[in-house]
Amino acid sequence: MTVHTLSVLVENRPGVLARIAGLFSRRGFNIDSLAVGPTEDSSVSRMTIVVNVEETPLEQVTKQLNKLVEVIKIVELDDRDSIEKELMMVKVKADVNNRGQVVDAIALFRGKVVDVAPDTITVQLTGNADKLRDFVAVMEPFGIRELVQSGMVAIGRGSRSITERAKPLAVPVEQPA
Amino acid sequence: MTEQSASDSSTGESVTGAQSLIKSLEHAGVKDIFGIPGGAILPAYDPLYDSKIRHILVRHEQGAGHAAQGYAVATGGVGVCMATSGPGATNLVTPLADAHMDSVPMVAVTGQVGAASIGTDAFQEADIRGITMPITKHNFLVTNPADIPRVVAEAFYLARSGRPGPVLVDVAKSALQAQTSFEWPTEISLSGYRPVTRPHSKQIREATRLILESRRPVLYVGGGTIRSRAHKELRQLAELTGIPVVTTLMARGAFPDSHPQHLGMPGMHGTVAAVAGLQKSDLIISLGARFDDRVTGALDSFAPGAKVIHADIDPAEIGKNRAVDVPIVGDCREVIADLVAALTAEQEQGNTGDYEGWVKFVAGVKMRYPLGYDTPPDGTLAPQYVLERLSHISGPESIYVAGVGQHQMWATHFIQYENPNTWINSGGLGTMGFAVPAAMGAKVGRPEATVWAVDGDGCFQMTNQELATCTIEGIPIKVAVINNESLGMVRQWQTLFYEGRYSNTDLQSKRIPDFVKLADAYGAVGLSCESPADVDETIKKAMEVDDVPVVVDFRVHRDAMVWPMVPAGTSNDDINYARGLAPEFEEDDL
Ligand SMILES: Cc1ncc(C[n+]2csc(CCOP(=O)(O)OP(=O)(O)O)c2C)c(N)n1
Repeated sequence: MTVHTLSVLVENRPGVLARIAGLFSRRGFNIDSLAVGPTEDSSVSRMTIVVNVEETPLEQVTKQLNKLVEVIKIVELDDRDSIEKELMMVKVKADVNNRGQVVDAIALFRGKVVDVAPDTITVQLTGNADKLRDFVAVMEPFGIRELVQSGMVAIGRGSRSITERAKPLAVPVEQPA
Repeated sequence: MTEQSASDSSTGESVTGAQSLIKSLEHAGVKDIFGIPGGAILPAYDPLYDSKIRHILVRHEQGAGHAAQGYAVATGGVGVCMATSGPGATNLVTPLADAHMDSVPMVAVTGQVGAASIGTDAFQEADIRGITMPITKHNFLVTNPADIPRVVAEAFYLARSGRPGPVLVDVAKSALQAQTSFEWPTEISLSGYRPVTRPHSKQIREATRLILESRRPVLYVGGGTIRSRAHKELRQLAELTGIPVVTTLMARGAFPDSHPQHLGMPGMHGTVAAVAGLQKSDLIISLGARFDDRVTGALDSFAPGAKVIHADIDPAEIGKNRAVDVPIVGDCREVIADLVAALTAEQEQGNTGDYEGWVKFVAGVKMRYPLGYDTPPDGTLAPQYVLERLSHISGPESIYVAGVGQHQMWATHFIQYENPNTWINSGGLGTMGFAVPAAMGAKVGRPEATVWAVDGDGCFQMTNQELATCTIEGIPIKVAVINNESLGMVRQWQTLFYEGRYSNTDLQSKRIPDFVKLADAYGAVGLSCESPADVDETIKKAMEVDDVPVVVDFRVHRDAMVWPMVPAGTSNDDINYARGLAPEFEEDDL
């Protein structure tokens, strides 16, 4: 099994997420992570879907996704040719005695402290999956109170844009005779 | 359509959402709708009362859905059904799933609770859009009445274009009641939907090369050839090349059964010649078929020596189950026409395939292992005989609609099909109860044709309430109940794989219900037949009735089995043409 990152442009309409999630579960494809958000075009949303499948099933995933009427375009992003980021926020135990230590560790990962309480620090960190995993390993000994993580978002390197798209094809509607 | 209503379309006249819906359906060319009203869809039934669209009031929404399917297949157009919210809509689930599996173009219109109540568990609320997402080609929920004409236009376009399928349009009651303006769109644009119908010329060249190089090719013809009306082109291709043809359960009628190149139906209950034809081929030319498990048997031993050309309008079918050498995305009719042109050009250059040994081999298999059956020793009625006679007497211009089970397999084998869209059945989903309502729909679409439902006594008891609809609406279908007093197909598996332990397959339907009385109660003619000597006369009697439905209770021998058979999950090499009898192939002929 290998991990593939799919960028999926979809029409920004109610129910699209349910359609896509339903398709994955019904065809037995596993989603590692999924992130949805707006794009520069308000009528289009972009999903970044990370799937863990073999090559042939991947082709099925994209072909089946393509059959959804609201899916406009699918691009597989190659991790060597794209920037992939996830966002994590972690609430770590930290009091007067070890706060300095915790802050040092956070600095090593270029994390950002976004909230401080007498007995915890909340850190925000972005990066790829490896970096976030390493950071969690370092924080664990201090005691993680709470952790939240976004799905991955990714964008290709260089000046090419995947959202530039051909104008939608207009189909004439049959008129009654 | 009158000139006046056509000119309405550009004015954007003020109407209710319900009027807009009915006008949209009229503009989409709808002539017949099968349905049942209820609270949420009620506003639409008011303008429907004045419309020239014929609404056929069915007795169960499942009947409306299957009727729309039968109508669509028989006419080649889009079938339409209508239901109210909640239970009305959920009753359409089975027909929608059925149409999705068999790529039947249909539009289902359902009422939904008012927009403000959606999500509150309101009376008769069901999230039918959510429920039907996996079993429709696409579906819509309309809450803004201004969207109605566009959505209806899109729904019909989606249902019939590309790979056809069912589309559901769920309309909130509030949208039906609101005031809006009606304007029929002149164009639609769906940015994520562009079916490819023209095949790629490079793939056609590659396919042509493989066809000429192969020595043991076979045309594996699926339902896509019927949906794309490709039967003429298919016959040209077959006769131009001499390549043997197999037609799947969904493609029966796409190629004449009487044609010498026809090997019959492949698959679990396929003919020995069709199964062997695929199994021993060196090139499978798949035309609108999908390598379904009922055709391939165990995939890893299916046609091990064959290269594959796979032509389909749906790219997701290509390579899904079987690896492909030449993929061709396109409409079957265009693909076949292009292949005919390319192969004709080759022939003019003197390039033809050499299939002589192969054609002789499959012809030999076909001769040695014809379809057959044992006549019951006790003089009781063989179900296969009934279907042979029905085919002979009613003929190949009739439409035959089957339920699901043994009778379906006998109907596909022992009735001779010569024309497309004359065989209608539930292939992918295998829905018991399909036959009566689908036959009703077919008869509405093709009133001049004789329409026979060939049903099992089990299936018939699932949807025979539509006989009331048929009698009242003047839809004189004919029903041949192949009454073996059991859930025969399941019983056959119990005979073969469960040591004859007949758990819950005995229906006792030679006793209860009395099908003749049941027919009578519905205002239909009821006939009964249990002796081979009476079969012809009974069928002829049924043929003479043309004003009301006829039900014939053919009381057949209960132990008849469907042969040939490849047990589920095993290799096609393990086909038996009768119990315990495996064919022997003289491979030297190859
Ligand atoms: C709705 C539904 N329920 C159950 C089945 C499983 N099933 C397949 S064939 C069959 C028996 C059908 O019996 P009958 O209609 O009498 O036809 P026969 O096989 O006897 O010809 C059953 C129960 C099914 N296909 N569809």
